[in-house]
Amino acid sequence: MAAETPAHYHTNTPWNEPGAEPYIRVENVTKKFGDFVAVNDVSLNVYRGELFSLLGGSGCGKTTLLRMLAGFEEPTSGKIYIDGVDMAGIPPYARPTNMMFQSYALFPHMTVEANVSFGLKQDKVPSAEINNRVRQILDMVQLTQFAKRKPHQLSGGQRQRVALARALVKAPKLLLLDEPLGALDKKLREATQFEIMNIQDKLGITFMVVTHDQEEAMTLSTRIGVMNQGQIVQIGTPQEIYEYPNTKQVADFIGSVNLFEGRIVEDESDHVLIDSPEAGGRIYVDHGISSAPGAKVWAALRPEKIQLVKGDRGEPYNCIKGTVKGIAYMGNLSVYLIALDSGKEVKVTMPNQVRAAEQMIGWDDRVTLTWHANSPVILLS
Amino acid sequence: MSNDASIQGGRLRRAPGAQSIGRVLRALGVQPRLAVILIPYVWLVLFFMIPFLIVLKISFAELAIAQPPYSPLLVCADPEISSTWLCFVEGKISVHLSTKSYVGIVSEYGKPFYDTLYVRAYWNSVVTAFFSTILCLLIGYPMAYGIARSSSTVRNLLMMMIILPFWTSFLIRIYAWMGLLKDSGVINNALIWLGVIDSPLSMMNTQFAVYVGIVYSYLPFMILPLYANLEKMDLTLLEAAADLGCKPLKAFFVITVPLSLPGIVAGSMLVFIPAVGEYVIPELLGGSNTVMIGRELVNVFYQNRDWPAACALAIAVLILLVVPITLYQYYQNKEAEAGK
Repeated sequence: MAAETPAHYHTNTPWNEPGAEPYIRVENVTKKFGDFVAVNDVSLNVYRGELFSLLGGSGCGKTTLLRMLAGFEEPTSGKIYIDGVDMAGIPPYARPTNMMFQSYALFPHMTVEANVSFGLKQDKVPSAEINNRVRQILDMVQLTQFAKRKPHQLSGGQRQRVALARALVKAPKLLLLDEPLGALDKKLREATQFEIMNIQDKLGITFMVVTHDQEEAMTLSTRIGVMNQGQIVQIGTPQEIYEYPNTKQVADFIGSVNLFEGRIVEDESDHVLIDSPEAGGRIYVDHGISSAPGAKVWAALRPEKIQLVKGDRGEPYNCIKGTVKGIAYMGNLSVYLIALDSGKEVKVTMPNQVRAAEQMIGWDDRVTLTWHANSPVILLS
Repeated sequence: MSNDASIQGGRLRRAPGAQSIGRVLRALGVQPRLAVILIPYVWLVLFFMIPFLIVLKISFAELAIAQPPYSPLLVCADPEISSTWLCFVEGKISVHLSTKSYVGIVSEYGKPFYDTLYVRAYWNSVVTAFFSTILCLLIGYPMAYGIARSSSTVRNLLMMMIILPFWTSFLIRIYAWMGLLKDSGVINNALIWLGVIDSPLSMMNTQFAVYVGIVYSYLPFMILPLYANLEKMDLTLLEAAADLGCKPLKAFFVITVPLSLPGIVAGSMLVFIPAVGEYVIPELLGGSNTVMIGRELVNVFYQNRDWPAACALAIAVLILLVVPITLYQYYQNKEAEAGK
């Protein structure tokens, strides 16, 4: 896994360039199973060389969307284009896509080598070239010494790499990965995440990953599409999704968040003032939104963006008081559960800069919560 | 001993009855745990091993005009001694083994050994069983595949239809085939009425009728293991094959068929083994010109009343079948090893 950091990684942002031609175009795709709408009018552009993640809970339609790209399902309505070609009616075996299945779906009666070469053999690639490419790809995923083994003789992580190699070896235009790291333990996941990123960078193949794990999506992706109930609710870079979620739902799904309900008191171009009885005070945000005064909004505040200070402090804005109701020590950081005077519970994370035994804040302490004026995100829904 | 039992009783709470059974077994020197696995062994010894040894013994005897009609295994040199046991004690006993019945299988006046009645009967049995197995496989595989891939409600209905014929007596079903196949039977009448043929086809008492009977009777034994295998197959493997550029028909031959091999082997064995020794079907549908070993065996036993020859034939059938049975077990073990 020794690889220098790819220089241009995450630096090319074709989705911001006005003239850029999307490589994969999903246009108003809907998929119904009987009365159930699995995917509801989804449109999506993915650019060449991207690693795009579809993130969502189970049953949100992300796997169905992936299966439509692979050709296992036909859209009820809408169009899918890959490299400009309309995919309607093209069976899976004729599509320029390869998929890494969640269950890996390795052929149990074939060796690792036979599994990996299977796709190339279907394309009638000359055997010398097959051998060459299989050797290269097995080298890349570090499975050369296991080439003659059968899948049941491999560990979970090795099987996962065989599945990846088998999907990669044909160098498809689009590689689809269904929960690629789902079955791996934490350490292996982290290692494999970086491995996938390196391989993606090396081969320049466009990846589309389906996952329910926001951490996985954040680390891997150039962009994330957050899905809920068959619809894409937000598309953006991991940073955009995390720092500027566009709904409460996205904010809540990605990481954890404290939401304060309130009403707008002042809405100027350079600031917004929100009166939130739930927070027990006023919230000042240093950027404007355009909405009617008195409108109901939510201020979303990430736990790590709040500072905890012992004792009662008084400041006009962005300063609320409460009592520590719980502390979860996580090693690198601690999570504090604070009961505000209004009764609302707030989560705050603080890095453990000093040793835990010397922590200043203990159970049932009175504390003041403060934050920077640019930290909250104002959500209208 | 009783101390040991009470420790056992203390460790595991058992019904008092079971405890006393355990005590009895212990008193007999048998571990209660062993007793459980002993049951199938006792069964096998009583109903397979002992009858087999009796048949084996008779096969080495000679035909005799006596009751039972074969020469005894143990012969006493001194005709004065009436009791075999006394003879044994006196040391005058000798074991009389004759291979005459086995030699009889491969010798017939004026014929080479490979062309005797019994060798032809064996050969014909094996060939018939072999082609019946192939036919069952060709018909049964698509059926098992169709059932395994249908929705669960349809699947239950179809399985029911496969099993339903077993509710009728096997003999009645074979007689029903006679009614279908004979010259004035349903099939011939229907074909004549339709004007396809002028005179009835003679289907009864032919090899064709034997095939019909065997394939019809043994088809469920092919379908059931195949279905069990195909039903548990992971269908994402076929999606993976398609995804990698393999068309459905090819995927069937390179993925589905190899993975269903244990089912194919199991089904084939379940058809082949009983078909080799089949008696009723060739007897009722095959008529006098179908030479199969099951029928010859019955003839030798009941008409010639040559028990040793019949037993020798039976032992030879058994040896003939040991090869496929061993093969079957080999595959079963291999599947168990590949396991999961």
